[in-house]
Amino acid sequence: MTILISFVTIVMLILLVMAGVGVGGWRVLFGTVIPYAAIATFLLGFIYRVTLWARSPVPFRIPTTCGQQKSLDWIKPSRLDNPHTGLGVVGRMALEVLFFRSLFRNTRSEVREGPRLVYSADKWLWAAGLAFHWSFLIIFLRHFKYFAEPIPAWLLTIEHLDGFFQVGLPVVLATDLIIVAALTFLFLRRVVDPRLRYISLVADHFALFLLLGVALSGVYMRYFAKTDITRVKELATGLLSFQPVVPDGIGLVFFVHLFLVSVLLAYFPFSKLMHMAGIFLSPCRNMANNNRARRHINPWNYPVKVHTYEEYEDEFRDVMKAAELPVEKD
Amino acid sequence: MRDNGKIYLGLTIFLILITFPIWYNLATGKAGYAPELEKAVKGEDCVRDSAYMSANHMDLLNEWRDQVVRDGERFELLSNGTTVERSLSNTCLDCHANKDKFCDRCHGFLGVDPYCWDCHVIPGDHTP
Amino acid sequence: MAEAIKKPEELGRVQFQPSRKGWMDPHVDFRRGTWNYAAVAETLRYLDQPNPRKWSPVDDDWKLPEGWEKIILEGLRDRLKHYRSLQIFIDTCVRCGACADKCHFFIGSGDPKNMPVLRAELLRSVYRNDFTTAGKILGKIAGGRKLTVDVLKEWFYYFYQCTECRRCSVFCPYGIDTAEVTMMARELMNLVGLSIEWINTPLSNCYRTGNHLGVQPHGFKDSIDFAVDELEELTGVRVDAPINKKGTEILFVAPSADYFASPHYYTLLGYLLLFHEIGLDYTWSTYASEGGNFGLFHSAEMMKRLNSKIYMEAKRLGVKWILGGECGHMWRVMHQYMDTMNGPADFLEVPRSPVTGTRFDHAASTKMVHITEFTADLIHHNKLKLDPSRNDHWRVTFHDSCNPARAMGWIEEPRHIIRAVCNHFREMPENTIKEQTFCCGSGSGIGTDENMEVRLRGGLPRANAVKFVHENYGVNLLLCICAIDKATLPPLLEYWVPGVEVGGVHEMVGNALILKGENERATDLRGQPYEPEQVEAEETEKTHA
Repeated sequence: MTILISFVTIVMLILLVMAGVGVGGWRVLFGTVIPYAAIATFLLGFIYRVTLWARSPVPFRIPTTCGQQKSLDWIKPSRLDNPHTGLGVVGRMALEVLFFRSLFRNTRSEVREGPRLVYSADKWLWAAGLAFHWSFLIIFLRHFKYFAEPIPAWLLTIEHLDGFFQVGLPVVLATDLIIVAALTFLFLRRVVDPRLRYISLVADHFALFLLLGVALSGVYMRYFAKTDITRVKELATGLLSFQPVVPDGIGLVFFVHLFLVSVLLAYFPFSKLMHMAGIFLSPCRNMANNNRARRHINPWNYPVKVHTYEEYEDEFRDVMKAAELPVEKD
Repeated sequence: MRDNGKIYLGLTIFLILITFPIWYNLATGKAGYAPELEKAVKGEDCVRDSAYMSANHMDLLNEWRDQVVRDGERFELLSNGTTVERSLSNTCLDCHANKDKFCDRCHGFLGVDPYCWDCHVIPGDHTP
Repeated sequence: MAEAIKKPEELGRVQFQPSRKGWMDPHVDFRRGTWNYAAVAETLRYLDQPNPRKWSPVDDDWKLPEGWEKIILEGLRDRLKHYRSLQIFIDTCVRCGACADKCHFFIGSGDPKNMPVLRAELLRSVYRNDFTTAGKILGKIAGGRKLTVDVLKEWFYYFYQCTECRRCSVFCPYGIDTAEVTMMARELMNLVGLSIEWINTPLSNCYRTGNHLGVQPHGFKDSIDFAVDELEELTGVRVDAPINKKGTEILFVAPSADYFASPHYYTLLGYLLLFHEIGLDYTWSTYASEGGNFGLFHSAEMMKRLNSKIYMEAKRLGVKWILGGECGHMWRVMHQYMDTMNGPADFLEVPRSPVTGTRFDHAASTKMVHITEFTADLIHHNKLKLDPSRNDHWRVTFHDSCNPARAMGWIEEPRHIIRAVCNHFREMPENTIKEQTFCCGSGSGIGTDENMEVRLRGGLPRANAVKFVHENYGVNLLLCICAIDKATLPPLLEYWVPGVEVGGVHEMVGNALILKGENERATDLRGQPYEPEQVEAEETEKTHA
């Protein structure tokens, strides 16, 4: 059901843009107005969300430690998994953001007859996740050649590397294949694994379908239904230099691609996709485990009702004296 | 503890990076145009219509190469009754004589680096 | 144990049981053995908590106060503003499922709502419904659920089926910590008077008498005196155990179970022998006679209220620094909360071992050191005369307790001690120890008899790892540094792995420690006579097999 709702939504979005541009001829709407609105929503939404997070303080220092603490000189601390300095935290976060350190630990547990528990390493999620995210980043950077004029040379290096094997014409870019494969895997595990199927919400499938839609429409445009990309770049740079133009000669497939990207941009700040920023702010990961060495300040720390020693002694003075325990007042 | 300095610094860096094309185009002032191509020096019609050619010429060249090199079919009868040789150097470049002002304009604009010229000779008036 | 409990083979047949209607449909079945008694009205009143009344989770009517929905939603809004952790953990989860089979309750029960992701979704769904635009418009399609009595009942059931062990947080790509979510959910439930007896009774005891068990000052002294007498009988040495003594160098704080429960008691004997032997200038306190802090399982405010007495007492007694006993959640409070909540402890000095001179710079601000750090330092500097063969009747393994492992990272300190005082030490499998350690299944205030089925299920992964070393290496003693472990693991192991006992690291230290002028010991601290030769032969056989 969740899959169906997400799928139908994406199909409707595609039909909408096809009807809008193909039949209605609303090229300016889909080529200029919606992209602008989407970019603005993305930027403002992103800022709003991060500001919202930043406004809530971190009252306590609560890192999740995954290795030996720094204590006695002769015990080797685990500097990355249990960092006690800011530098260590940077290292831990870098491992987390760039290589998905925590997902790499993933195991699968099974209760067999007996009962007997069996654990096995399970790196598939890690591998697919990493493949998707890195491909997405590279593809995203590759696209800057359509946004920047003249194209900085380093941008082209990325594409050269991506098309290293020089198969086909236009050259097949490895990330195009990887991103589609990874997204397909991530979708299938939500369908095949009963636990995943159970926890998946419409939003989970929607995000995957949307990304697949973007990727596939791009792939279709690059390798199959080609369009005049000179005009596409004219449109793209026009948008980004605030001199919007919608030249003739751009195929429908491009408008589908652009519209799905616009939807993605506008959806991003209000969805779980914000984990992109959230990962940096997770107090369990981004704090050093130096709790007892340096005092952490809670900005809203307030006085609470406590039971003082005096009250305690007042209640128990007699029994304390009888037990020959020292007291403050006789 | 809020770490707001670090958060807003990070946010600012992210925003600058993600809006990089805007600043870049602002600095170069070159955005929002498409390159002008030099008109063909001779001939009325191309081998296909220009809309097709601008999007798909690489497919046609690829197809021609296969037909010529693998099958030995050097000539093609066009719908207007003329016959052309399937040749980049002898047919395409015959009309679009200036690689700099024709091929390279778009290829440069889009960062495309086709490997045609790994084998084919660049026509006469051009000094490599 | 109640006779309703099934046999291990039966209870261990775990099936994944998703409900056909999907998880959004709130449903909970308060079966016997799966929930905890409600907090008693009197304790709520004593602690100034709202809505004190007589009720039970199995009642249809929970006697919630007027406008309870609003109270909880406002409470949630308030906490989102005060805890970035909560806001981030609600917003960033992508439901990748990496956490699913990391929870001991899910592994042992197969109940999908025990997957950490769904446990958090119970709260997240209410957030979506009332705090996000999409949820307000699309409701269920956007993953939103209206806060109803059934949803609240589900909260009560599942947030008291989380032991705040943080194992899920280790595996989560964003470090989302269900313990944090559970703590928030429990705070919200407290606002309308939903709490459990096993948390609130210790709380009110501790607030009044200084310890969870409600031991009054003279009772405390009796316990310590009894231990001193018993040690004299066992070793021939009379140790000194000062109480409420002003002007000593160190205040020692242990979990109250150490002086009132078994097998904790043997750890206490170990502390006393150790302190005597090194001539430590220290004192116990009756007012601060509890290191543990059930406030951690209740609310930040209650945690702070109970914890306040530690620094206040250190100040009153005029000590230089504080030493803490073997306890898990106690140490999460001491390490991650105390200084922030009740500090700064500027009236204390940076802890320094009077025996080795080691300065504990890692505790420079909080001024509190854990006894395994202290003892490991002593052993490293060869300050103790040890005879590990006195522990040869034990083949031990070490259970990393959740909080020391995942909130601090005491991995090596206890192991260093164990290797020095025991000759036969075996580790459990790698993904069940250190930061991947499994909870006893009874932490965070849910270690009650009425909750036994849940505890046994939650304890299955831990017990199963113990079973592995028991069967393969003949391990017969599980060592740990947590008072809740020592209380709850014995029945768990008796059920899943008969033949394995539970003990503390300092019990082993006490056994091995050679005291000046001691008699030859006929028994260990448990009073079990030594029969070393026989044990030795068996051991050789096992290790060669």
